[in-house]
Amino acid sequence: MAGELKLLGTWVSPFVTRAKLALHIKGLSYENVEEDLGNKSELLVSSNPVYKSVPVLIHSGNPICESSVIVQYINDAFAGVGPSFLPADPYERAVTRFWAVYVEDKVVNQWARVFRVKTDEERAEVMHQTLEAVEVLEGGLKECSGGKGAFFGGDSIGYIDILLGGLVSWVKATESLSGIKLIDTTKTPLLAAWMEHFCELHVAKTILQDVNAVVEYAKALQARMADAAVNN
Amino acid sequence: MEAARGGGEGAELRLLGTWSSPWVIRVKVALGLKGLSYEYVEEVLASKSDLLLKSNPVHKKVPVLIHGGRAVCESVVILQYVDEVWAGASGTPILPSDPYDRATARFWATYVNDTVATWHEMIQCLRVTCLQFFPSWRALFRSTTDEQRTEAFKNVVPVVDTLERALRECSKGKAFFGGDAVGLVDVALGSHLVWISVVDEVVGVRLLDKARFPALAAWAERFLAVDAVKEVMPDVRKVMEQYKGFLAKWIASAGPS
Repeated sequence: MAGELKLLGTWVSPFVTRAKLALHIKGLSYENVEEDLGNKSELLVSSNPVYKSVPVLIHSGNPICESSVIVQYINDAFAGVGPSFLPADPYERAVTRFWAVYVEDKVVNQWARVFRVKTDEERAEVMHQTLEAVEVLEGGLKECSGGKGAFFGGDSIGYIDILLGGLVSWVKATESLSGIKLIDTTKTPLLAAWMEHFCELHVAKTILQDVNAVVEYAKALQARMADAAVNN
Repeated sequence: MEAARGGGEGAELRLLGTWSSPWVIRVKVALGLKGLSYEYVEEVLASKSDLLLKSNPVHKKVPVLIHGGRAVCESVVILQYVDEVWAGASGTPILPSDPYDRATARFWATYVNDTVATWHEMIQCLRVTCLQFFPSWRALFRSTTDEQRTEAFKNVVPVVDTLERALRECSKGKAFFGGDAVGLVDVALGSHLVWISVVDEVVGVRLLDKARFPALAAWAERFLAVDAVKEVMPDVRKVMEQYKGFLAKWIASAGPS
């Protein structure tokens, strides 16, 4: 399906990284547009009027929003190109989708709250819930991979690997910043192995954000937030 | 006769649900659209069946669709599964076949899901506020002796604790129960803040104590600072006068003790 591809995003966003991973796996070329979220482009605002957020994939002028929707779209629209992100069997697809929902609701959305709550006590509680969810996800990885390989997709990466893969640099940055290991080798050995194998892939080496750059970004963000809190 | 294992179109279908759950209704509608027959099992959430616990060990929730002995969980996942397995069945497909239309449908399904989830959380907060907090607080409000006040205060504190937790869950770190902006629950509870502070003064203890209930205390301050609220809140001294009038009347009508 021919047609120009344009991705509106920011280099640091794990959600944008998901879209980039998916595009790269399919071997698709696209124009990468770096947005300044403090000064959003007209194109971004008109393409995503509901959330005004990144990523937005524009295919032949048609916008697709929400990272998980974008990844599925890339899989559907380019079904004949490159590997499929979902298993062929409907039941296995259902199991994959179940765990994708779990990743989004229980891991990612929980973790995102850490950056929003105000007190240390709340932060600790949210982190605790996130870590608990990661431990449950270990079981999900076992179920999805079916013993065929290190990835949720088995011996090759699929939908969930892409969803989680977008977050890897932030997982590593978090460990560097706070010492907290979201993916701990002793507690979740399969996930730890997953992360190692994932990072060795060519696509990961090409696409994932530099961890030090993410650390610096997070520090600057923390400083700005602390400033704002003091001055309010 | 043993049910065929695995997901062939002819294999046995069973739906675990509760009669009023909107998420279960989603699945029933989808199965109906496809013209499929299935066994429906009504779950009692207070005592979940072994089958439910085994079929959805992660969430222990309904709906669960069991097809040929295999469980599919999460309403939106079930919808897509039904759509794909019975792709040839009667009725239009649940998801469009065009990739762009599918993306559009998925975007709005996510939006609806998020909005609905928020709405349900809000309803929960409203329930705690109306069904637990107000009745409990009213006993404090109606107390005419120090003994009654002590007793009533003791009973209302655990409810405020529940409200504190409800606020944290509903607001998800944002300013109000409704998120970034004042919502239904904020208005329902916040409108009583003047009366709460008046009763606080008579009781001699602040109910929404900053140390004990930091989220609620901060929320109360924020709510009272909203322009639309400031403009309409009655003067606290006048309310105090009115309350003293009520107390006098209640004590008088209680007669000599």
